[in-house]
Amino acid sequence: MSISKTEKNTLLVEITGELDHHTATKIRTKIDNAISKDYKNIIFDFSALTFMDSSGIGMIMGRYKKILKYDGKMTIVSPKPQVKRILEISGLMNIVTLETSINKALKRM
Amino acid sequence: MENRFDMEFIGISENESLARAITSAFAAMLDPTVEELSELKTAVSEAVTNAIVHAYPYEPGTVGLSGKINGNTVYITVTDSGIGISDIDKAREPLYTGKPEEERSGLGFSIMESFCDRIEVMSALGEGTMVTLVKSFGSLKGES
Ligand SMILES: Nc1ncnc2c1ncn2[C@@H]1O[C@H](COP(=O)(O)OP(=O)(O)OP(=O)(O)O)[C@@H](O)[C@H]1O
Ligand SMILES: [Mg+2]
Repeated sequence: MSISKTEKNTLLVEITGELDHHTATKIRTKIDNAISKDYKNIIFDFSALTFMDSSGIGMIMGRYKKILKYDGKMTIVSPKPQVKRILEISGLMNIVTLETSINKALKRM
Repeated sequence: MENRFDMEFIGISENESLARAITSAFAAMLDPTVEELSELKTAVSEAVTNAIVHAYPYEPGTVGLSGKINGNTVYITVTDSGIGISDIDKAREPLYTGKPEEERSGLGFSIMESFCDRIEVMSALGEGTMVTLVKSFGSLKGES
């Protein structure tokens, strides 16, 4: 995974491979260390994420609650079908927006 | 076709991906669609993660993973010898989690149920839990 600080107070978080309980534990800490009032928006680039389960939902929800304190926004870019289905089941789609590119996601911030 | 496997591993989080990989390779023998296989893989991930995070609160214990193929149907069973579940009906309710402080969403059982044809849960307090996922592949649905 990689985190970069970009324009519009936004953290760009690219998660590759599989997001399960094992990987979520590490990723959570890295993102939390990067969140601040200057970096309160998150774009998750899921274009190279091949698998996610409910532990991924817990990780995303937890970060969402954190940025909400700073009035931040969250967008998810290009989830594959398996990941999208988990997002749909979780109800996360009601609070997080989906986009097809990072540029489009940045425009929303 | 008929086939079986039976294994055990230590309940550490590294083994979640191991359990998914083994299940995928086993079920792939039935030539499922990409979607069917990813559903089963997700359901196994939920059952195995539960055994790892909920069953053994103090130190990692043994998790059992076994599979059976009978015709077009695959049965995957995940067992632990951990704390057990006191109220299975409640545990299976969508959004119920025994560990809200750990960023759990309480969706594991709901995902297992929606991604499999059916699931069976047996548990005894202090003895452990056994979850069986049942899924038939292809147009010839139904168990033989
Ligand atoms: N193997 C198990 N041993 C003991 N308790 C379990 C086991 N599996 C599930 N449970 C209990 O059932 C509850 C519901 O499980 P479920 O997988 O639906 O949600 P969760 O694990 O809490 O959250 P999520 O799966 O979304 O991360 C758990 O919180 C736990 O209390
Ligand atoms: Mg669970």
